[in-house]
Amino acid sequence: MSIPLSWYLLLAAALFSIGLYGVLARKNAIAILLGIELMLNAVNMNLVAFWRYLDPAQMAGQAFAVIVFAVAAAEVAVGLALVISVYRRRKTVVADELDLMKW
Amino acid sequence: MTVEQILFLLAGAVILVSAFLVVTVRKLMHAALWLVVTLFGVAVLYALLQANFLAVVQLVVYIGAIAILFIFAVMLTRKEMRDLGPQTRSNWWVAVLVGAAVLMGLVFVVLAIPGVERTAQVLPEGLDTVQALGVALVSPNAYVLPFEVASVLLLAALIGAVYLAGIIKK
Repeated sequence: MSIPLSWYLLLAAALFSIGLYGVLARKNAIAILLGIELMLNAVNMNLVAFWRYLDPAQMAGQAFAVIVFAVAAAEVAVGLALVISVYRRRKTVVADELDLMKW
Repeated sequence: MTVEQILFLLAGAVILVSAFLVVTVRKLMHAALWLVVTLFGVAVLYALLQANFLAVVQLVVYIGAIAILFIFAVMLTRKEMRDLGPQTRSNWWVAVLVGAAVLMGLVFVVLAIPGVERTAQVLPEGLDTVQALGVALVSPNAYVLPFEVASVLLLAALIGAVYLAGIIKK
């Protein structure tokens, strides 16, 4: 148990930033969802690290990590269904070309 | 350097390298496979943090379901962007700037937390984390409401995904 809390937090910060770069820079809608998954994992890592280091008897961190798992699964299912539906109608998965609602 | 620190550094290096490849590699299928590596590294960290249940859930739900879902989506939408043209937007350097700014802000905040260099205490005697998590998730004094809301959310997502991706016959 000799790992400082800061190691986990800094690693999660780096993972979050990499995911953010992926979300902002990638063209493909599926690749954007991959970046969001990285960001959600970074958040989960923070939740679990704080649970372990602050008060392990209270299960708050793990309980909310489980909720984040559920939200991530729902987000991926709906997001990928949207991408597949769009692909079927418009024959594209490039986020820039989906500008129907842009004004 | 203790064994745990070495394990952490190895898992952290694997996570960072594979995450970087997820957002930069050209072929989307390879990006999805690198995501599996990243998720596995995070599962190792959960095991290091003694969150046993979450480590298993990470393997089963994230790698077993979510990553496979990504691979299916890549295969179903492949024809379009196969390796033609750049995979990043023309103003990707803005994304680099934003990412670097967020990273620096987060590092600044993390290092300002009081007691951030603390190490973990030993788990309290007789604490079964899996049992405690299960009790916390269904106890009315704890997290039964978020738990039930999550189940409703999953049901809604299931119906929504079937409706959106289902074939509409006219």
